[in-house]
Amino acid sequence: MTMQFNDETFRGDYTYRNSPEAIRRFPFPFDRDSYAYSVNIEQHPGGPKGSPFEHMFDVDEHYVAEMRDREITLAEDPLRCQSLPHMELAGWDLLELIMVSKARDYPDLFSLTRAGNDWHWINRPMGIDKRFIFLDAATLPYGPMEYITRQTQGDFALLHERDGNLWMDAGMVTSQADWSLDFDVGMNFFEWHAPVPKARQMGVFDKALKFLLAVGQGQHYRRLNWTMTVNPRLDTSPENYHKWGPEKRTITPENVGHKQFLRVELQTFFRLPRSHALAFPIRCYLASLDDLVTQPKWARRLHRVLRDIDPDLADYKGFAVNRDVIVNHLSQFDDGAPTSPGIFPED
Amino acid sequence: MSKLALKVTAVEELTPLVKRFRFEDPTGAPLPVFSGGAHITVEMPDGDTIRRNSYSLISDPYDPSGYEIAVRREDTGRGGSRHMHTAVAEGDTITVSVPANLFQLDLRARKHVLIGGGIGITPFLSQLRQLDRAQQPYELHYAARSRAEAAGIALLPQAAHIHVHISEEGNRMDLGAILDGHPLGTHVYTCGPEGLIAAVADQAARLGWPTSAVHSEAFTAPPPGEPFEVTIASTGQTVAVKADQSLLEALEQAGVEIDYSCRGGACGRCETAVTACDGQIEHNDHWLSADERAAQTKIMPCMSRFTGTRLELDL
Repeated sequence: MTMQFNDETFRGDYTYRNSPEAIRRFPFPFDRDSYAYSVNIEQHPGGPKGSPFEHMFDVDEHYVAEMRDREITLAEDPLRCQSLPHMELAGWDLLELIMVSKARDYPDLFSLTRAGNDWHWINRPMGIDKRFIFLDAATLPYGPMEYITRQTQGDFALLHERDGNLWMDAGMVTSQADWSLDFDVGMNFFEWHAPVPKARQMGVFDKALKFLLAVGQGQHYRRLNWTMTVNPRLDTSPENYHKWGPEKRTITPENVGHKQFLRVELQTFFRLPRSHALAFPIRCYLASLDDLVTQPKWARRLHRVLRDIDPDLADYKGFAVNRDVIVNHLSQFDDGAPTSPGIFPED
Repeated sequence: MSKLALKVTAVEELTPLVKRFRFEDPTGAPLPVFSGGAHITVEMPDGDTIRRNSYSLISDPYDPSGYEIAVRREDTGRGGSRHMHTAVAEGDTITVSVPANLFQLDLRARKHVLIGGGIGITPFLSQLRQLDRAQQPYELHYAARSRAEAAGIALLPQAAHIHVHISEEGNRMDLGAILDGHPLGTHVYTCGPEGLIAAVADQAARLGWPTSAVHSEAFTAPPPGEPFEVTIASTGQTVAVKADQSLLEALEQAGVEIDYSCRGGACGRCETAVTACDGQIEHNDHWLSADERAAQTKIMPCMSRFTGTRLELDL
């Protein structure tokens, strides 16, 4: 295996770290010096070699540790993974999409051999070697969605299409930015987006829903979303707010550089063939301010974005309480020089 | 839109009016599987233009070895089905879209009632294979005027829950009887002539079915009509639409960029804003609301036509 996987934690002693290579490939979400809502959708996959956009499902140095963290979260709260009865077929579609993609994109890490519905899956980083019958749930230890998402970084929502809307009828959610699958399961697109400030009035969701309903087979898209998290914690769920909420109050000018993380979600959309459901993977990437300021362009831009952002958005994205400390800290890296367009670092 | 260049591997006459076509990848590669009720758009070169018609897939949705469609010859139509009947033969190469679905099964249903009239049987042929696979209870009702015209008979399995109604034989479909007495959570799906779709919806409403459990396949081929002209707002270009051509086809032929998917007025992809309208838009789609139609500020070029002196499109 060519890829080295970090031995690290996302809770307790928080030993999560990014290698210099991981920082350079971090999906920095700001393509200009200011931020406003936009649908910002582009085709997926596709991007510079080595970037997280290159493959359908990005596998990086955090893979094994993230899967261990998911296992801990699920053991404490099995309702983080739910699938309504009519969604099992979508689970099989998702399993196929992930297994086929990973075996093709990372042949040294994963392999899939298929003879009709007799499938043989090997996941080398996790030490899994499994033969099963496709579309026969009795041959897997979990339902198909749970089985494959215990082996794939990122959260997953499976959306059922009916009555001109999308319904969140299945999901695996353990690395979320303060939302709950158990609360949202069964809701439609407008219902689960209701907490987002201002966007409904702006018509953002009507446009986004129309776009999503028109996504066809073989057309895959992505967008980036972001928020801020204190400490490199994947499970910032409402269920565990008592564990991570108080940590927001531990930020000081001295520790903000290594305790304050930019949390970026690489959201992708796939139309699933047999179920006609939409798969919505939400992959979380974490980088500390210390990580980000190693790239001068990002340091300048992040300072300007956070300094000028609408206070309601700072509140919604959970960093209003620490905004001044963060902006003061970042200001020392901003010499006022112009930044180049696009999200990638300057060489 | 993703496209596939496939080989025609079988053409079979099911009735004098209906032919079955099978398409496979020329290298034998597996095709994308699909969901019951899906359709593909078939490209047909016709002189200096390309006609595109959408047809329901009638083959097993989980079988990647080939796609099958059934085409009824419409001699009064725009020529697409006539082209399929007269010009497409085994061994030809044909370009089709990847499958899309505007008529999917509601997999939450406790039971499915499928009602097909005439060539409207086609989307159910893939759906019933999906239902068989999922072991979900269903019954299918297929209505045709005469046995000679009933292409579906050759394509349907013989089973107690498959019912064929031939009106010429005095066995007309009794919608009241068909829709009565189903368990809560049953969904009904109709595909066929407008009159059948309306009759099922009406009968279902009388019997107290929730509207969310009543589905129909809305899209049909664009109707021909009188020729007309449109103006492209961004360039001032004038595009003439012939009698046997849809507005979408005329725009494509004129090289105007426009998105589409179903080409039958159901998916909304080609919705276009109208910047000037001096006349009457003939809305033939199933996408725009009654208010949007009345306002005459939007048009669905795949289906709709125009009579009047000036129609300017935001393209």
